[in-house]
Amino acid sequence: MESIARPVWRWLDFAGGFAEIYPLMSSSHLDVRYTAQLARLDLTDDEIATFQSQLSQVLEYVDQLKQVDVDGIDPSPYSDAEFNVVRLDEIRPSLTHEQAIANAPQKANNLVMVTKVIE
Amino acid sequence: MSSEFLSIVALRKAISSGQVSPADAVRAVAAAADKVDGSVQGYLSMDVESALAEAENVDTSLPLGGVPIAIKDVINVEGQPCGCASQILKGYRAPYNATVIDRLRAAGAIPLGRTNMDEFAMGSSTENSSVQKTSNPWSLDRIPGGSSGGSAAVVAAGEAIAALGSDTGGSIRQPAALCGCVGLKPSYGRVSRYGLVAFASSLDQIGPMTHTVEDSALILNAIAGRDRMDSTSMDHEVPDFTAGLNGDLKGMRLGLPKEYFIDGIDPQVLEAVHRAVKECESLGAEIVEVSLPNTEHAVAVYYILATAEASSNLARFDGVRYGHRAENPSNLLDHYGRTRQEGFGPEVKRRIILGTYVLSSGYYDAYYLRAQKVRTLIRRDFQSVFENVDALVCPTTPTPAFRMGEKTSDPLQMYLADIFTIAANLAGICGISVPCGFANEGGSQLPIGLQFMAKSMDESTLLRVAHAYEQSTDWHRQRPANFGF
Repeated sequence: MESIARPVWRWLDFAGGFAEIYPLMSSSHLDVRYTAQLARLDLTDDEIATFQSQLSQVLEYVDQLKQVDVDGIDPSPYSDAEFNVVRLDEIRPSLTHEQAIANAPQKANNLVMVTKVIE
Repeated sequence: MSSEFLSIVALRKAISSGQVSPADAVRAVAAAADKVDGSVQGYLSMDVESALAEAENVDTSLPLGGVPIAIKDVINVEGQPCGCASQILKGYRAPYNATVIDRLRAAGAIPLGRTNMDEFAMGSSTENSSVQKTSNPWSLDRIPGGSSGGSAAVVAAGEAIAALGSDTGGSIRQPAALCGCVGLKPSYGRVSRYGLVAFASSLDQIGPMTHTVEDSALILNAIAGRDRMDSTSMDHEVPDFTAGLNGDLKGMRLGLPKEYFIDGIDPQVLEAVHRAVKECESLGAEIVEVSLPNTEHAVAVYYILATAEASSNLARFDGVRYGHRAENPSNLLDHYGRTRQEGFGPEVKRRIILGTYVLSSGYYDAYYLRAQKVRTLIRRDFQSVFENVDALVCPTTPTPAFRMGEKTSDPLQMYLADIFTIAANLAGICGISVPCGFANEGGSQLPIGLQFMAKSMDESTLLRVAHAYEQSTDWHRQRPANFGF
């Protein structure tokens, strides 16, 4: 683990050329165009090219985690949290109809207009 | 109203004695913003009229009675804009109050002004705001830090008595350090997140940004505690956080984590921090070197977990119930795709892509699950260290404020600006940044921050240590040339 540690910190005064530090690692199977579709996010060709290169660098950086021995270690979805918190099923004050739809981008007849779902 | 009232403690004394009214305080903050915010640009908006109306009816006997507090644009205040500095929430007005706002008001405080931030709190320089660039009051061509850069800048520039920020990976402590004010990230679960627009739900926490440590303790007194509207808020005793602020460090053991003193730290930052550690020793603390061996992985773990959670949380911005909607969509996928393309800025898009990728089929185990396991190791590092020391002391940031535009094209460099603050969020512990000196760069005096960290729910110790150090120095009394009061 020591051998991984030092290059990471060297990033503090390092501006570019990540491949020099991790010449043998190329983890990235990231397909930005496909992932953007999963995220329901249109991107321009320029954005796709830029993100592909920037995020490949980030993924190479996070590949250091593959060197950590995590055998038998439980995951931490939270740092400290109480699990299975329940509440009484009771009626409480909530937004009025007008408040709830006040921010809707398109409204008609006191309802939210949505884009056609069924062709 | 003179600048001697520019802290909660001082303002409260003046209000209690009748020397100053809550309306005077609101007007003074508005006047200070008029004077200096044209160049600092920390505020996105300020509704002075409604604050003055609130000031008329406020109970001045309450602990924060009549104190105006600036609010980061990610926290809902009913009737006010809450845009997260994003185009996708342009024009959005909050239909309800965050719990912290109800609690601040119950303690007599008056929310005044919305502060600028990185879009959806994603960033370390506030340059990702889609609305405006905020300047560091100490040097206007430099960044104020982020993501709570607006809150830090308006406090440091003397155009706010205090502010609220939010901290997911350092977004309170890092800008506080770079602007020269106090910034407290409470332990995870200490403060309700209800009404805080979610970025990474297992890491986000709201906290105060103030002129003094005692002021932060006063705000924490008001906002801490279990809230039924946030199931992750903890049912833990809320003591009076001002009670232990006695200036004494006798019997305290402070740990110096060796992984936070490494090559690449600006020499002036390192010198200031070492001087501060000596000061703590002279106040009676015992200094011991400790090790947090998994620190080196914190940034990598963070950028997997935070982006994963963000990609899920930001799925709600779909242009249906609120926010921006693309015009004339040809079908539902076009509606979603273009709404989000037009509404989100580059950094938010970048993180949505990364987060979606690490959660996607085939990569979940390799990235997301593995990062959660390394997070466990990082938590254990802190748990074992806190068996031997009361608090940790280290730099808040590796460098002073950098120039605008210096890191915008290199996301990884920007991410590494949070290298010393991220682990506290992953472990759920509390941390605070206090001013500890200045770096001289290109003729500018740039603030340096000292970070203390303490175990989860031990803000009393954290604040006691930070207060003792602060009161033994003059750094928190220094003021930038761009000063409103």
